[in-house]
Amino acid sequence: MPLLRRLFILALIAASLAQPAMAQDDPFAGLAGDSFDDIRHGIETLATSGAPQAAAVIAALQEGNLYAGPDAALFIKTDDGWLDARSGKPATEVAEDALNPVKMNNGVRRAAEAAMGSLELYSPDAATRRHAAEAVLKSRDPAALEGLTRALAKESDAGVRRIMEQARASALLATPATPEAERLAAVATLRARGDLDARAMLASLTAQPPAVAEAAATAVIAIDRMLQLWGLAQGVFYGLSLGSVLLLAAAGLAITFGVMGVINMAHGEMVMLGAYTTFVVQDVIKSHAPYLFEASLFIAVPLAFLVAGAVGIAVERCMLRFLYGRPLETLLATWGLSLAMQQTVRSIFGASNREVSTPQWMSGATQWGGITITYNRLVIIVFAAMVVAALMAALRYTALGLRMRAVTQNRRMAAAMGIRTPWVDALTFGLGSGVAGMAGVALSQIDNVSPNLGQGYIIDSFMVVVFGGVGNLWGTVVSALTLGTVNKFLEPLAGAVLGKITVLVLLILFIQRKPRGMFPIKGRAVES
Amino acid sequence: MSRISTTLCLLLILGGAGLLAAGNATGAVPPYAVSLVGKYLCYAMLALAVDLVWGFAGILSLGHAAFFALGGYAMGMYLMRQIGTRGVYGNAVLPDFMVFLNWKELPWYWHGFDNPLFAILIALAVPGLLAFVFGWFAFRSRVSGVYLSIITQALTYALLLAFFRNDMGFGGNNGLTDFKDIFGFSLQSDGVRRGLLLASAGFLALQLVVARYVVTSRFGKVLIAVRDTESRTRFLGYRPERYKLFVFVLSAVMAGIGGALYVPQVGIINPSEFAPANSIEAVIWVAVGGRGTLVGAILGALLVNAGKTYFTGALPELWLFALGALFILVTLLLPKGILGLFARRAARPAPPVVEPAK
Amino acid sequence: MASFRNWLRGTGMAAAAAATLLTGAHDAQAQTTIKVGILHSLSGTMAISETTLKDVMLMLIEEQNKKGGVLGKKLEAVVVDPASNWPLFAEKARQLITVDKVAAVFGCWTSVSRKSVLPVFEELNSILFYPVQYEGEESSKNVFYTGAAPNQQAIPAVDYLAKEEKVQRWVLAGTDYVYPRTTNKILEAYLKSRGVKDEDIMINYTPFGHSDWQNIVASIKKFGTAGKKTAVVSTINGDANVPFYKELGNQGVKATDIPVVAFSVGEEELAGIDTKPLLGHLAAWNYFQSVKSADNTAFIAKWKAFTKNQKRVTNDPMEAHVIGFAMWIKAIEKAGTTDPKAVIDAMIGISVPNLTGGYSAMMPNHHITKPVLIGEVKADGQFNVVWQTKGTVVANEWSPYLEGSKDLIADWRSPMSCGNFNVKTGKCGGAK
Repeated sequence: MPLLRRLFILALIAASLAQPAMAQDDPFAGLAGDSFDDIRHGIETLATSGAPQAAAVIAALQEGNLYAGPDAALFIKTDDGWLDARSGKPATEVAEDALNPVKMNNGVRRAAEAAMGSLELYSPDAATRRHAAEAVLKSRDPAALEGLTRALAKESDAGVRRIMEQARASALLATPATPEAERLAAVATLRARGDLDARAMLASLTAQPPAVAEAAATAVIAIDRMLQLWGLAQGVFYGLSLGSVLLLAAAGLAITFGVMGVINMAHGEMVMLGAYTTFVVQDVIKSHAPYLFEASLFIAVPLAFLVAGAVGIAVERCMLRFLYGRPLETLLATWGLSLAMQQTVRSIFGASNREVSTPQWMSGATQWGGITITYNRLVIIVFAAMVVAALMAALRYTALGLRMRAVTQNRRMAAAMGIRTPWVDALTFGLGSGVAGMAGVALSQIDNVSPNLGQGYIIDSFMVVVFGGVGNLWGTVVSALTLGTVNKFLEPLAGAVLGKITVLVLLILFIQRKPRGMFPIKGRAVES
Repeated sequence: MSRISTTLCLLLILGGAGLLAAGNATGAVPPYAVSLVGKYLCYAMLALAVDLVWGFAGILSLGHAAFFALGGYAMGMYLMRQIGTRGVYGNAVLPDFMVFLNWKELPWYWHGFDNPLFAILIALAVPGLLAFVFGWFAFRSRVSGVYLSIITQALTYALLLAFFRNDMGFGGNNGLTDFKDIFGFSLQSDGVRRGLLLASAGFLALQLVVARYVVTSRFGKVLIAVRDTESRTRFLGYRPERYKLFVFVLSAVMAGIGGALYVPQVGIINPSEFAPANSIEAVIWVAVGGRGTLVGAILGALLVNAGKTYFTGALPELWLFALGALFILVTLLLPKGILGLFARRAARPAPPVVEPAK
Repeated sequence: MASFRNWLRGTGMAAAAAATLLTGAHDAQAQTTIKVGILHSLSGTMAISETTLKDVMLMLIEEQNKKGGVLGKKLEAVVVDPASNWPLFAEKARQLITVDKVAAVFGCWTSVSRKSVLPVFEELNSILFYPVQYEGEESSKNVFYTGAAPNQQAIPAVDYLAKEEKVQRWVLAGTDYVYPRTTNKILEAYLKSRGVKDEDIMINYTPFGHSDWQNIVASIKKFGTAGKKTAVVSTINGDANVPFYKELGNQGVKATDIPVVAFSVGEEELAGIDTKPLLGHLAAWNYFQSVKSADNTAFIAKWKAFTKNQKRVTNDPMEAHVIGFAMWIKAIEKAGTTDPKAVIDAMIGISVPNLTGGYSAMMPNHHITKPVLIGEVKADGQFNVVWQTKGTVVANEWSPYLEGSKDLIADWRSPMSCGNFNVKTGKCGGAK
């Protein structure tokens, strides 16, 4: 018998060698095709062929490591050399010049994802199985039905099981032979999922019996209603997130402008310095210590504080200290400074955007019920809260904070008490600038890192501080969150542009009602 | 001192413009210089307007360029209508940007702009009216100091965003451009350019005279009192908000005239004129020249803009350093601006500057 | 009186400085070189895109000089900074032409800068090469448009998505200015002519530099759940793209679900973004750095050597300047003079190799023929070309899909010599 089998295999090989182009016999042949359609069909054929190499080959394709040569030869590129795709064994005598990577486009990528999904349903790792089930769910492929049923029978993880059932439901709805009762159950399963994917599936159903179509339509309406309710919560999250961005941008200004009275037009550039510090940190890490990359932001935050803070102190010592008592003139000098700083950064780093990457732990999103929480926004909200808390603590509980408050409230009295006011001035300005630098680290995660970065935030920052009441850090917090939330709720109603105009007009009107902002500092003077 | 410098300034403006125009007519001065100086003179009007409110009423407006731009838009709309059928689509009524965005008819607020007198009236009235409404509320509520500065900035920023919107019907980001004629004369002829230069010089001189009359009159004395201590003036029985409102509206109209003369000389008006940075720059011209001197404002505007023209050509990659350094040095070394250099020996020191609330 | 004397001295000095400034410090008479004006913003908001174009022009001029210049004269670059300020663009253009006496100007980015300088070029009868894709609806005697018109970029991209991705539902998202407005108008009319219904088109405009895209990305996601394949056609401008793509990546909008095709995002823009989450999103251009051709490989090597930076990327508007410059040199040689009048006439019909392995020709409408390429974003910030036109496409400067312009054509050859000839009325419109 073994001999016979060996002979049979030999014959097969001979046949395939003689007719390399016969796709029907060779499940791999499609992958070496010329058109995207060929490749897509090739993936589908291969995935259902049961060939042991299928998963490895499709994975290589996804990574861009699958190469095709003449006569439908397929090779996988690895760090140690070439593998023959069909056998998975190392290949010798590969004519590299004749090889081209197998072409990819979104269609191919989609087919590969779906195929990998059905192949990985049995993976020992629950996370992989979950991912695979999601991929199958999106593909709505009737061919995956059998595999899903088998995988479901073995599945022990409840979460993965649920997704597999949903995937099975979507496949059932796409299979012509499914009886009506099962279809209705499938619609109910998808309705229970209740998210945008489920809505998309239910809305796209075609050629269904009337009862099913009706059930699907009511399910879509129900999901929409649910999502609308969640939309409110989502709006609050958007508002909080925009508010915390504004808060970060304005927190430093609340010190330099609010407490010290310096109309610091170079504030935005301090933020920019922080963002560029992040860029430099990541750049150094990428070239010297890639393993530190996930921690790059933790390194950047203190560094940005120090860099911007040091620049702030230098600016105070060389420029601003000559201008105390004439705050309006600080506007002019710091405006000049901001021009020069922008141009400096442009000369050093170039005019174009610099890439600051998002670490893995900050990318992506999670679902909390019906709202999508993106991790980077969540981190920024938490970071803003921490920065403000630290700032308040520093002002209230440290010796420096005490002196700062003393100096800003009554400079001469403070000096008479033995406080070195120039030193305190420099440190206060340094603190405000340093906070701006830290804001830059956060902004580098959501915005351009370019010489113009600061310009985009300066006006908003001043408005936040003024709206909250100059000199009141709590006012700044409330004001930033209010402006953020109002803006985000107006935006869907009026559009992004009109929404912003409305916010500005409301701000102008509000200042008429309360000419000293939301939380004015109470004093006895007639003016000031 | 002040009278001498004002007279001298008047002579220089009118004489200089006259000389340039005459030189251009005889071919000694290139047309390039004519429009350039015309443009500077318009900026000088803006600077004068800023100095009037900032230097004499203590209102630091960070949104004055809005009035300038509104005046410019009114003039631009007139120039747009003057194009008539010479636009690329040959539509007699609709400006080009409306044709290709499929507007069917002229929006109501564009009517009347084919009449130059109406356009000029609007160029004066709209900035004045906006200043009146804005000032009426702001001064009555006693919004002052930096709060006032920031809401003027919010005002110009809101206008910037509004004019950027294509749905507004002002040409969006592209603004109004491709003008052909003014009052029936081709804008590209040297004669019209000279005329516009002389008109700019004339209006600037007139504004200087008016501004000087206002600040040296009894009214001006109260105004300066308001600037220095508003509360004390109020206790004396004056109504500071009325004084401020009047001078704010006057200043807005002056800026509007500047804008209306600016547009035909540069050939474009676009929302970026509303950018808060432009207003801040205008304040800087005043500071460079000397706040509260009127003549200084004009000098500052001319000098900074001439510097900008020169440096953007001569040091294209470094000019921001030069400009930035200029602003820093002037503030540090010349707190009273360039005119302060000359006024050093004047008998009375300049009044102390009252700062905004912390 | 001492102060008065000081005053006089001060003003005298200022006047002297102004005089040199106005009449131009250089002696324009004795020209031993041919001057080329470079009018790209080096500061302000547009510097981000335009600085590169200034560099590429300097490289091209240096290279031409190594070959001996043109007509036996060396070329000399005159660089000015219009600082992203539109009236300053007009002022600088006038200065370049009348004071520096340049033979041609290469410059501008965005339509407003071009509209601002257009009357200056027409009045002084000089030449401008405009290298960026734009909305069309213009053809001036004095401007050569080396960027794409909408039919050389937008329409093929939509066709590709409809055919290859079976897209039936469209989000047209753009920054609120004239290029997106016009392009979206054209696309809307085009899509409707292809049977797409009103409810399957969503149009969204955002202000310049928009940085908070949370709701908009969410609403795009929602729009994509109506059960039809959905794609986003993005005409979002420069600065706003980075936060837009970052939000797309974070909200998990993958190209396999809702592909985004952009017309203003090239290699230069992607250099500022981590592209891993954007794999497969598309861009339509007439050139990609990843195109394999001998000319392109040589160009990239020269560019990296010139900028002394191995990481510098190339992009589509750079190629437009390469083509425009080569055409201009050829036209000068053909005309035997740098006189704009002769060069303008000589330009039409000139054909030079582009960097994608074909030839681009200057057509009578002052636009050039271009191949259209569609690329998918790769993980390394480059594009993988997934589709391209067989040959080159001729620009429709006047879009047939817009009510006002469907009857217009441009032909700058005599005897027509008109930028907006109405074929229905048989008349040339206002602009000449």
